[in-house]
Amino acid sequence: MTAAGRGAELAIETHGLSKRFGHQLAVDGVNLSVPSGSVFGFLGPNGSGKTTTIRMMLGLAGATAGSVSVLGLEMPDRFHEVLPRVGALVEGPAFYPFLSGEANLRRLDAADPHASSSTRRARVGTALERVGLTHAAGKKVRAYSLGMKQRLGIANALLSPRELLVLDEPTNGLDPQGTREVRSLVRSLAADGATVFVSSHLLAEVEQICTHAAVMSAGRLVAQGTLAELRDAGKARIRLVTPDAGLAEGVFARLGMTPAGGLNNGTLVYSASGGETNGPVRDDVAPEAVVAAMVAAGVRVRGFAVEQGSLEDRFVALTGEGFDIAQ
Amino acid sequence: MPNRDVAKEGAAGKAAPVEVREAAGSSAAESPATGPIDGMQPGNGWSLLASELSVLFRRRRTWAMLLALAAVPVLMAVAVRASSSVPPGRGPAFLDRITQNGLFVGVTALLVCVPLFLPLTVGVVAGDTIAGEAGLGTLRYLLVAPAGRVRLLLVKYAGAAVFCIVGPLVVALAGAGIGSALFPVGPVTLLSGDVIAPGEALVRLVLVAAYLTVSLLGLSAVGMFLSTLTDVPVGAMAATIVASVVSQVLGELPQLEWLHPWLFTHYWFGFADLLRQPVAWDSFGSNALLQAGYIAVFGALAYGRFVTKDILS
Ligand SMILES: Nc1ncnc2c1ncn2[C@@H]1O[C@H](COP(=O)(O)OP(=O)(O)OP(=O)(O)O)[C@@H](O)[C@H]1O
Ligand SMILES: [Mg+2]
Repeated sequence: MTAAGRGAELAIETHGLSKRFGHQLAVDGVNLSVPSGSVFGFLGPNGSGKTTTIRMMLGLAGATAGSVSVLGLEMPDRFHEVLPRVGALVEGPAFYPFLSGEANLRRLDAADPHASSSTRRARVGTALERVGLTHAAGKKVRAYSLGMKQRLGIANALLSPRELLVLDEPTNGLDPQGTREVRSLVRSLAADGATVFVSSHLLAEVEQICTHAAVMSAGRLVAQGTLAELRDAGKARIRLVTPDAGLAEGVFARLGMTPAGGLNNGTLVYSASGGETNGPVRDDVAPEAVVAAMVAAGVRVRGFAVEQGSLEDRFVALTGEGFDIAQ
Repeated sequence: MPNRDVAKEGAAGKAAPVEVREAAGSSAAESPATGPIDGMQPGNGWSLLASELSVLFRRRRTWAMLLALAAVPVLMAVAVRASSSVPPGRGPAFLDRITQNGLFVGVTALLVCVPLFLPLTVGVVAGDTIAGEAGLGTLRYLLVAPAGRVRLLLVKYAGAAVFCIVGPLVVALAGAGIGSALFPVGPVTLLSGDVIAPGEALVRLVLVAAYLTVSLLGLSAVGMFLSTLTDVPVGAMAATIVASVVSQVLGELPQLEWLHPWLFTHYWFGFADLLRQPVAWDSFGSNALLQAGYIAVFGALAYGRFVTKDILS
């Protein structure tokens, strides 16, 4: 963990970060804490302020109020110390269409005064190889597909050794192989000690790669923490398949568990083959004790499972069911 | 890494971990694997300028503009050559002298290009500096690299300035080339009546091109400032070209006599002094001073605008 070695416990920290566009508060008092070495998922519906927050972190846009520090240093004041250690993909890739993929990377690498020009060719080649673009390196970016541009954007973030990667929707437009590749890339970066900050809509993806996450809604930060905290482990459920639903409910009640019922909302679901009963798990009651109690009470247990709350349920609970953009 | 990652790997079991291709054979310093950057040797601060020039001069658009500029003397020389005679005193100044001495093609073509063609091409390059990058979206990646806003602005201006050198030079040299191909070349009679050798005449021609380079530097600064105001490069280009036309029109109005010395186009046609013996440097000096003033003022405006600008493109 190189970042920790530099005395930064938090790779990114914001305090009351706000951004106003005209009358609209696009980002509203956000207090983010991204631990060093974490893979941090930054979630939120369209227009919730993710990209705007990222722009402020990288010193592209000034904050209306609040502060950001990245790798322990205040942004945007210390950008020349911070940004060479940060690789970024912001709001999709952008390149010169009239240059080849390789020439584009050389150009952006030349913009970094800390990047050695003698190793430039090798570093560009390695970055291209890492995203599987070696064979398209000489092709004009004009002729790249969406996913190829996205891969090139990720290659740009990997040009130099980085302590922090800020990736805004890195798998947008990628094919399944590309998505898998990005996932394993993120894991390998994290294994090397880098902090990875990924914004995404793809909850399944975040569940697979992230250790921590935060959820934005209409410019506000509505939740953040480890993935387990967010999934709300306390609200794990028991799913019981039995034809003796009435008896089972009695046992649950005696164990101090209320039937959470149905799929999510407190009703029991009976299938043709018998009943299914859901009950929330209590920390002090072990699942095997529940089964034992059921059997002792004469409940015919045909299926039993402990289910974690899904991130999607939590996300929808936090950001609302509505499809319309908030503001 | 903490164990939670291992747990994560297990939980994500259905996505079989794909081996990341390692940088086989490359040294640790070259591998983009994360680690402290302290071990890297510092890069060359001039890389960005070199890159800027290579991007500018690799663009087909730049080549098209330079070819168009070169076409002016060529067309002019061919037209004069094809017609039997040019009545003295008609057409651009010096046009009637072309047939006697091919080196005059260069000067005549520069004179023709001053009011519109040169400002047009410089307007395109200067207007594109910041707005072009913003329009492509590459501005945010340059700044995150981090290019540094002041450094980027300086490099962009330097790029435009190099174009200001190349543009007039292309016209002058294309003119001298086509002129010596189609017409006789000999000693040149200057405006003061003195006669100089062809070699020295070529030096004078380059001097005139340099005068125009200086003339266009103020316009470049104006263009770069306009370019920081928008994310639409065509808008900044058009505004820069309009600025040069407006300045020339204002310079024609006798009612605005007091304003004339302050217009950046005021000395644009003053290069005739370089065609005397001895060379009269007065207009060159006044022009340089005026252009330096424009560079200072519009450079400061561009700086003020760009360092505080939110990059939202
Ligand atoms: N340049 C701008 N001018 C005015 N408003 C803007 C600008 N950029 C973004 N906004 C507003 O700020 C809000 C947040 O936008 P932002 O791009 O940060 O959302 P996001 O979370 O990244 O969304 P998405 O998931 O679609 O990428 C939106 O309501 C948007 O309309
Ligand atoms: Mg976004």
